[in-house]
Amino acid sequence: MRIARVYKKESVPEADATDLSLLDPLIKKYKGKKGNVIPLLQGAQAIYGFIPRAAFERISEGTGLPLSDMFGVATFYAQFRLKPVGKHIIKVCHGTACHVQNAKEITESIEEALKVKDGETTIDRLFTLESVACLGCCSLAPVMMIGDQTYGKLTGNEAVKVIKNIRLSENN
Amino acid sequence: MSTTVTVGLGSCGIAAGANKTYDKIKALKEADKLEFNLKKTSCIGMCYREPLVEIVDDSGTYIYGDVDPDRAIEVIEKHINQHDPIRDYIVYTDLFDAAENDFLNSQVKIVLRNCGYMDPESIDEYEARDGYKAIRRIIDEKILPDKVIETILKSGLRGRGGGGFPTGMKWKFARGNQSDEKYVICNADEGDPGAFMDRSILEGDPHSVLEGMIIAAYSIGATGGVIYCRAEYPLAIKRLNIALDQARQRGYLGKGILGIRDFNFDIYIKEGAGAFVCGEETALIASVEGERGMPRKRPPFPAESGLWRKPTNINNVETLNNIPWIVLHGAEAFARYGTEKSKGTKVFALAGKVKHSGLVEVPMGITIHDVIMKLGGGIKNNKKFKAVQLGGPSGGCIPEYLSETIVDYDSVNATGAIMGSGGMVVMDETTCMVDVAKFFLDFTCKESCGKCTFCRVGTVRMLEILERITNGEGREGDIEKLEELAYEIKNNSLCGLGQTAPNPVLTTIKYFRDEYEAHISHKKCPAKVCRPLLTYTVDPEKCTGCMVCLKNCPSNAITGERKQLHLINQDLCTKCGVCYSKCKFDAIILT
Repeated sequence: MRIARVYKKESVPEADATDLSLLDPLIKKYKGKKGNVIPLLQGAQAIYGFIPRAAFERISEGTGLPLSDMFGVATFYAQFRLKPVGKHIIKVCHGTACHVQNAKEITESIEEALKVKDGETTIDRLFTLESVACLGCCSLAPVMMIGDQTYGKLTGNEAVKVIKNIRLSENN
Repeated sequence: MSTTVTVGLGSCGIAAGANKTYDKIKALKEADKLEFNLKKTSCIGMCYREPLVEIVDDSGTYIYGDVDPDRAIEVIEKHINQHDPIRDYIVYTDLFDAAENDFLNSQVKIVLRNCGYMDPESIDEYEARDGYKAIRRIIDEKILPDKVIETILKSGLRGRGGGGFPTGMKWKFARGNQSDEKYVICNADEGDPGAFMDRSILEGDPHSVLEGMIIAAYSIGATGGVIYCRAEYPLAIKRLNIALDQARQRGYLGKGILGIRDFNFDIYIKEGAGAFVCGEETALIASVEGERGMPRKRPPFPAESGLWRKPTNINNVETLNNIPWIVLHGAEAFARYGTEKSKGTKVFALAGKVKHSGLVEVPMGITIHDVIMKLGGGIKNNKKFKAVQLGGPSGGCIPEYLSETIVDYDSVNATGAIMGSGGMVVMDETTCMVDVAKFFLDFTCKESCGKCTFCRVGTVRMLEILERITNGEGREGDIEKLEELAYEIKNNSLCGLGQTAPNPVLTTIKYFRDEYEAHISHKKCPAKVCRPLLTYTVDPEKCTGCMVCLKNCPSNAITGERKQLHLINQDLCTKCGVCYSKCKFDAIILT
């Protein structure tokens, strides 16, 4: 399930210190190639974790691609983020198998525990909560994924316990 | 013969902790210098018993289920060191009647012939299992492209991505269009929530997908190949990349394949960026070209003008996996399985409220009842089977009383569902069908690309009505309004997404109209899922007065003293369900 495509206007403390020179090899590699918009954006996101406005502008200057084209593509696909994310991204699966086995409870419990809504990031930038369409582990439903680790057959309480443990190990 | 221990390391196995099991066995082997081969494989389909460990020794084959690290120690100690297999943990064996023997024995494995039987990261093992033999035979016996296409046509293979278009016809069209460049695309953008067979195939048998593409390229005269794979499948992408490198080294890809001078063909992987609509052919092509993945008008069909306006052939992963087998064993062998118009086998991803969730491959023509009750082992927790959802967001729900429907394209279509890519989500009496329809519509509504007005706006309007109904604000005439909108959307959308998006609503109205009526007229949810339609009360028999619900109630609707019966004030209750999920004594009753 896709993250809300339209973002609320708010002053994101966008890093003035974004090091735009990191984009140069990427621009060099894809400049003038056909079908380059998606790889460019994927590359930029791999560098910064999201795509800052300044990166859009730099790529546009470097490649001649119109900003509108890039923004159009970036907002079309679920993969691209226009806001910074937390260190750990919690992906709660809301595929069909998880839905009929109460994935809603998982999301609600985490929302309550972290005091964020679906799609938001905690103030300490440790966690971002997301819903995804299907992680393909339907036999373990309901499922969530944090980093590379998949947690299956969850209940709301268990999901919160997992997150508390991650927070504990981060604080130590 | 030496003993071999194999651990299943597909995505679901890893999620169930198979890596820890593998590490444990490896540590045991090294610590005690045990003599056995330790190998990795992918998913064998028995997801509900993961992690799985297979031991093959002089006496036979044994598969152990639910092998966590502790159980691994036990199994290695008993089976390997003392030659004393632990019967209770064995789920499958060729020696005696084990718990899951039926599950594997009643399947016909054509597509999944290698999944779980070999190391997917080894081209040697693939070749040892007749891998790349089909393309070799074509080259060695100088079988002409037209002949290959004829074989595929004769086999009756139809597209396994959902459409069911004859694969041979597609190839014929692409071959018939002359161009200096042509493309073969593998559609691995498995976006259906609840379907995971393509992931398992790519993770378990990547080479056979490549071989299918190479044969397709030979047949239509393609110069370039693309695998469009979801970025959510990192393991599949990793194993595909390994397979591509190995295939290039052995000369199956690149310039002058297998010594044929003008047979040049290579494949690259394009990671999808997450858009369900990209499963549609023309949207997928737009996405490969780096644009927003919006469908284009057909005709011209991709076979005529596809990627970069060149003739393009797009096949689904499962379709391609059938190709080498058909070439090797002949069209007749394939057509022996199945029904008159649907030949061969179909892989289903069984999930939901079924005991044995996992992957099964069955011949076309088997009944849905047999898939769920025999292979699937019936319904979890002995609940009542209510319906099965086929075809994901484009499909529909088939009710229990139609479960004798056979699995083939035309019979499934007749129920209003579609075969789709093979997701089969089983539902029991605790699943609300209106809620399921709302779930799918919410999905298609978010995934609509926005090109056609009816799909873009119509799905939102339908969703609003469904939300109203599940919130207890349904009105007379809502069902008719839903139906009217549904037909308008179906008739006025350009691509498959819009044309099929209303199917989940239409089939649930057709088969479960009484549930809609209960929501609208009586403000009740028979399955007790839609919270605003429920009433929460405290069971005086069970309540211990522990105050947990009272403390957690966000609207202070619960009153009571410690160790005394609590009460819910219905005027204050917002029906959020917190008390129900927090109560440890099942003392909150839903009515």
